[in-house]
Parts: sequence; C-alpha cells; structure tokens
Amino acid sequence: MNGILAQLPILQVVVPLFGALLAAFFRRGSTAYVVALIVSWLMPVISGLLLWQAMTTGPVSYHLGGWEPPWGIEYRIDVLSGLVLMLISAVGALIMPFAWHSVAAEVDADRQSWFYCMYLLCLTGLLGIAATGDAFNAFVFLEISSLSTYVLIALGHDRRALLAAFQYLIMGTIGATFYVIGIGLLYVTTGSLNIADIASRLPGAFVVQPHAIFAALAFIAVGLGLKLAIFPLHVWLPNAYAYAPSVVTAFLAATSTKAAIYLLIRFAYGVFGEAIDFRTLAIDEFVMVLSLAAMFVAAFVAIFQTNVKRMLAYSSVSQIGYITLGIGMANKAGLTGAIVHLVNHAMMKGALFLALGAVVFRIDSVKIDDLAGIGRRMPWTMTAFTVAGFGLVGTPGTVGFISKWFLVIGALDDSSWLLVFLIVASSLLSLVYVGRLVEVIWFRDTGPAAARASDPPPSMLVPTLMLGAAVIYFGIDTTWTAGIAERAATILLGGRG
Amino acid sequence: MEAIETFINHYNYVITIFLMMGGLYIVIARGNMVKKLVGLSIFQTSVYLLFITPAKILEGTAPILDPAYSVYSNPLPHVLILTAIVVGVATIALGLALTALVNDAYGSIEEDEILAKDPES
Repeated sequence: MNGILAQLPILQVVVPLFGALLAAFFRRGSTAYVVALIVSWLMPVISGLLLWQAMTTGPVSYHLGGWEPPWGIEYRIDVLSGLVLMLISAVGALIMPFAWHSVAAEVDADRQSWFYCMYLLCLTGLLGIAATGDAFNAFVFLEISSLSTYVLIALGHDRRALLAAFQYLIMGTIGATFYVIGIGLLYVTTGSLNIADIASRLPGAFVVQPHAIFAALAFIAVGLGLKLAIFPLHVWLPNAYAYAPSVVTAFLAATSTKAAIYLLIRFAYGVFGEAIDFRTLAIDEFVMVLSLAAMFVAAFVAIFQTNVKRMLAYSSVSQIGYITLGIGMANKAGLTGAIVHLVNHAMMKGALFLALGAVVFRIDSVKIDDLAGIGRRMPWTMTAFTVAGFGLVGTPGTVGFISKWFLVIGALDDSSWLLVFLIVASSLLSLVYVGRLVEVIWFRDTGPAAARASDPPPSMLVPTLMLGAAVIYFGIDTTWTAGIAERAATILLGGRG
Repeated sequence: MEAIETFINHYNYVITIFLMMGGLYIVIARGNMVKKLVGLSIFQTSVYLLFITPAKILEGTAPILDPAYSVYSNPLPHVLILTAIVVGVATIALGLALTALVNDAYGSIEEDEILAKDPES
C-alpha cells in the first residue's frame, strides 16, 4: 500500500481542518458553504476506504511524523473506530445539502461563513476522536469538537441559545478536565499515553498502584459521562438541543454524544477491562442502574414537553440510556446492542431533527400545538418523521427493533428477566410521546400555523427522506450495522466474552 | 510525625488538590458568570500542576543532552500542558465572549436574574 492510500488516517482529520481555515478566509457565506459541502462529501469516501481496510486487512496504524508508537502519536483505525468514522462522516455529508436553506433562514448572513468554519472544526474534532490511538490526542480533539459546538449552539436565534451554550461550556469543560486528570493518573502509573500501550501495561501497574488506577477510571468515566450526557449528567443537553440552529441539533444529536460514547467503550473495554473486573466492583450494575434511570425518567419528562425539539432532546437522553445499558451488560449481545444502537439512534434522531428543521423552515415554530395537522401539509417530511419516531419505540421493521432485540438477548444471557421487562416497559413510555406527536401531526385539524406549511425544497427533503429510508432499510438488512457491530464487540471482549 | 512527613513530602499535591476543589466549588456555588469562569480557570490550572509535578525529577536539569549531566526532567508532561493551556485559554476566551453576549441580550450576568427573565425555560 502506498501513495495517498497510506495517508488516509491523517487525511480524515487534516482535510476538514484545512476546510475550516478556508471557510474562515472566505468571508462570503456561499463560498464557505461550497467548501464545507465538498469537504463533507469527501469524508465518507475516506472513512469508507478506512473501514474497508480495517475489515479486510485488520487495524490500520498510522504513525504521525514517522515516530514509532508508543513514543509518537499513533492513529489507529479498527472495526469499531471505522464504524464510528463512517457514521459521523455519513451524517455530516447528508446534513450539508439540508444546511443551505436552513442556515440561510436561521443564521445571520454575516455569520454564515463562521458557521461553516465551526461546523468543519466540529467535524475535525469528532473524526479525530474516533481516529486517534493516543489518549491525550483524544482530549485535544474532544475540546476542538466541544469548543466549536459551543459556538454553533450560540449561533441559534433565540437569546436562550447563549445561555444554553454557556451552561454547556461550563459542564463540558469540567468533563474534559476530569478526563485529563484521569489521563494524567494513567500516565503517572503506566508511563504511556498510547491507548493500546496503556492497556498492555495496566495489569502490571495495577498490582503496584490499584488506588490511582481506580481514581483514573472514576475521573475518565465521569468526565466522558458529562460529555455523553449519561443520566444524571445530562442537564446541559435539552437546552442545547432546543435552542441551537436546526442543522446543528440534527448534527449533534446524531454524532457528538456518539463520539464520547465511542471513547467510553474504548476505555472501558480496551483499557480498564484489561486490569479490572467490573463485575467484582459492581461497576456494571451501577452503570445499568443509571441507564435504566435515564430510560425511564428522561422518557417520562419527554412526554410532558410542549416544545418538540426539547421533547426529542429528552428522548435522546433516554436513548443514550439504552446504549450505556448495553455497555454495562458487558456481554457480547449487550455490547453489540450498544454499538448498533449508537449507529441506529444516529439515523433516527438525524431524521427526526432534520424533519423538525424543515418545519422550522416553513412555520418557524416547534410548539406542539402549532404542529396540529401538519402531516397533511408536509406529507413527505412527516412520513420520514413518523417512521423515525416508530423506530424510537422499537417497532419491528425499523432499526430501533434491531437494537432492542440485541439488548433483550443480552439481558437474557445475564438471565435477568427484570431487565427484559424494563427494556420493554421503557419502550412503552417512548410510545406515549411518539404517539402524542403522531396524533397531533396526522389526526388533528390543521391549525392556523400549520396551514402555511408545505414540503420543503428538495435539497432539504431528500436528506430527511434518505435518513427515514435508512431507518427502515437497516431495520431489515443488518449486515452493515449489526454485522460490523458484532465483529467490533467480539474484538473488544477479546477472550473475556 | 509520619503524617506530617507525608504532608511535607507531598505538599505540591496538597496544593494541587486544594486548587482543584476550590475551583470546582466556585463553579458550582457562584451564580455570576464571570466568577464561574474564574473558578473554571482555577480548576483547569490545578490540572497543569498535577501533570507538571511528577515531571520534575530531583537533581534533574532541562532535558538537553550534555555530557556534564545524566539526570533530566521529563519533557513530555510540559509539552502536554502547553497544549492544555492553549485549550484552557480558548475555553476562557469563548466563555467571556458568551458572557458579553448574554450581557447584551439580558442586561445581566447573574444566573438567577437571567433565568427570571425567561420564565418558560
């Protein structure tokens, strides 16, 4: 392998980074948009090639500046990170055509080039988190993506967007700092920053300094928990999603918490799992209790929201609960469920928030009462919305069913009937809020606000419909989602599955 | 005696933890957005100390190869912290910019006053 192909792992990060610089130089919004569009359509090609390489020839390792790991920074793409890269870049590519009209309507003209600059920086950070094999490098990317996210949220029209961004900045920075403290403790105990190298040194270091390593685990878990909005560290999320520009909400809901979850899986199984048996410490049970609390409390809160964006944001917190539940189960089916739900949830929430973005574009409101009867006015948009909504419930034939299927099998492998019951029961709660939306959208008389609506222009409609179609397609053909997730789970669990 | 000895031997860690907890406390306890950022900055700075402290090796010099010296300080944590400082500066700058915008939009930077102006959120 030679030439440009060997440089793919670094191109994954460098292309959007330089794209962001270019977008910042062109002060015109339309020129910046073209840059962002080209870059985000290039990314899935690179990720696809990398994932294909990881699937066929094993993990891709790239040494930055030619320095051998563990001294130099290593980019390492295995099946799991390849899948996450593919997910992030595919969502980024789908969202870009949608952004043109949506951003023009929601962001001031003189800020649009900065919007695309920040969007590309955010993409850089998220892709970097998945690509890097270096713990400190991951922190830098985490902060690149977070800082640009704060700006993207603050670009929302409502003044409450500013507060939401500030609140997220405080919580996110505490989270990132906790993560660095954890990395510092790991570095002091193992003398390495390369994730794979830390993993191989950890069992030895654990014998000498178990307390420092427990502290590192706690700091990293809480820090990433803040970033991925695990219950009860989710308080920043509803406001951030509710007041950010629509495109940003769709992008964040589909990708940014997912990158943090990826990092958590990487550390839980790839690093700490080598030295610590989570079962003896009841860490798995602790994670599962928090996940169940998220699934129920957040879904319950979602039912009573009148702002649909906020409702779906609470739904995100509850869905993240399913993912962490699978991580907590620590068996093959459960972990597969977690990874596949990470992908599936991205499709569903992407479709839902894009459809809502189209609603905002037409009627400039996300109040549930204003959506009365809007289904007859925007039939295509609302069809995608409804399909994705039923996906959240876990209806057979949608991706949500696949995720829950694996989670239920994982619970059965633990022979925990209680868990099976709770997974099904929480689906009923999501049926309540999705049902409420469906009733309002399709069966009410068209209200004055919805009467003005119509399906959005094709550039917005097509991405929404594609994500909606993906919700059904990957609910039937699971080779590319569950198949890859299962392989990743097998590798992560190693001999311990 | 032993407790005092441990304390003196680890006084730099004691300072680090004191700053860390103090900073975090300010972030949680204060409603003024600028004070929150000050707390956040102290909290982040304590982490710089946490990294730099173990990098110093007794009798070690700057890590420049020279036949006269054989013990060097570890340069890697310094480099890491240079990066972390840049991240910290960017965070505080952005936080202050947001505070200024909030002040324009609400006429206040006290969290309880701001929340009272948006009753439904």
